[in-house]
Amino acid sequence: MLYAILCYHDEGLVESWTKEEDAAVLAKRHVAVNKLRDQGKLGPVVRLMPTTAATSIRNGKEQLVLDGPFAETKEQLLGLYIVDCESLDEVLEAARIMGQGESGTFEIRPLKLMWPDSRPEDRRKSAQS
Amino acid sequence: MTDLAWIDAALTSARPQAVAALLRYFRDLDTAEEAYQEACLRALKTWPEKGPPRDAASWLIMVGRNAALDDVRKRSRNTALPEDELVDNEEIEVDLADRLDNANYRDDVLRLLFVCVHPELPATQQIALALRIVSGLTVKEIARAFLVSEAAMEQRITRAKARIAAADVPFATPGAVERSERLGAVAAMIYLLFTEGYSASGGEAHIRQPLCDEAIRLARLLLRLFPSEPEIMGLTALCLLQHARTPARLDAKGEIVLLEEQDRGKWDRDMIAEGLALLDKSIRHRQPGPYQVQAALAAVHAQAATPAETDWSAIDGLYATLENLQPSPVVTLNRAVAVSKIKGAAAALAMIEPLAKPLAGYFHFHGLRGGLLLQLGQAEEARRAFDRAIGLAHTPAEAAHIRQHLDRLQKDSAA
Repeated sequence: MLYAILCYHDEGLVESWTKEEDAAVLAKRHVAVNKLRDQGKLGPVVRLMPTTAATSIRNGKEQLVLDGPFAETKEQLLGLYIVDCESLDEVLEAARIMGQGESGTFEIRPLKLMWPDSRPEDRRKSAQS
Repeated sequence: MTDLAWIDAALTSARPQAVAALLRYFRDLDTAEEAYQEACLRALKTWPEKGPPRDAASWLIMVGRNAALDDVRKRSRNTALPEDELVDNEEIEVDLADRLDNANYRDDVLRLLFVCVHPELPATQQIALALRIVSGLTVKEIARAFLVSEAAMEQRITRAKARIAAADVPFATPGAVERSERLGAVAAMIYLLFTEGYSASGGEAHIRQPLCDEAIRLARLLLRLFPSEPEIMGLTALCLLQHARTPARLDAKGEIVLLEEQDRGKWDRDMIAEGLALLDKSIRHRQPGPYQVQAALAAVHAQAATPAETDWSAIDGLYATLENLQPSPVVTLNRAVAVSKIKGAAAALAMIEPLAKPLAGYFHFHGLRGGLLLQLGQAEEARRAFDRAIGLAHTPAEAAHIRQHLDRLQKDSAA
């Protein structure tokens, strides 16, 4: 089974960490993460850029593009797509078409790829189902 | 991370919101700061044991407010109250959920920043005040960054505060026009703070570069409050895209390395990526402004793998836009560099001739003019321009760059 570990934290606080403190937190996590990697169980690892870089599309009768992250609490995070596009406009275009006739919101966040998918080929295939 | 480091980061992060709310409540900067200090002391006492509260800023606002009110009561009755009533994190949070007005928060923080950009204060005092009040740097830290003694900085900040206290701090909720004016003034101060750090070279660089980090932190704070302002996106992008070059900007001696000579492999790719993402967002608004255009200029350089791959016609177009938005001889001079790459030295030289008077005392004018004359084979005229430039150089790197040209001229004429 594929799982996602989603990391929530106070952004202002994390931005107040020094580079060294930030690196120390990641290094601490890496003990567990490296174990998964050695077992061939680590998929791509990404860090989201700050919410200030986010754009949202609210779906509905009329789709609305909003600056900033998704802020409602009555909806839940239910899935994610990782896409490789040339510009925000290109992503928005795709997301608009995806969301036609739906309600809910898509939040678009630029990513920093920390690690590519490090699972072996056979594991990637079997995990797809 | 140790408890202390964690708490320190939490306090730093919560500070702008907490002090801003306390300022609205007490309408006096000193009282607000003292109240915040008191709240921090109590946080250091209770957080290690009870764990940090979920909403640190709200906790600090409530505890700070109560502490300051106690203090006022104590003084008025002249009797001691029971020492340090225990503070219960959860009780306070429940209490606060109802009382904290989030709609005010945005204008609170903007007001706190705006207080620092009082027009009567010289620019460096505005920055020093913002670092003290909003960022919470100690006077010692600020003095170090400004390369002055602690006593001198203490005096500067005290004077600046006295000036603010005498002026009317606007407490009414601002209208749309006022808000946008305040935002503009605060953005200018943040960029000034950035350039204070960015312009440092020599032995000062490592002391002053934290000013850049602080400017970026404030820009992001402002952008979180005003997520749909393209110029604030542009400002944040501009700072990020410039700061990305920092690892390549100074040589082993701490002297500035010119853009075309920098090792681009050392540029911070994460900062560039974030800057580009913000710029991309801002452009969708179709409301160009000086910060966005300058960020776009930095982006063109950031995207060129080598100096030769620079898209000079994009740069020419962006400077043309900037000339329209914010006409200045320096902008025209910069545009001429792009023109020289596209249309040749003669076209660029014609473009900068009218700038001879306004830029008579400007190093880069004479440096560029000398370079263009050299390309056109006018050695004697070039030498004269370079001589002028070298007399106006501010840094050893600038002077060294010009000396290279002069040496080459010398060699050519000897040959």
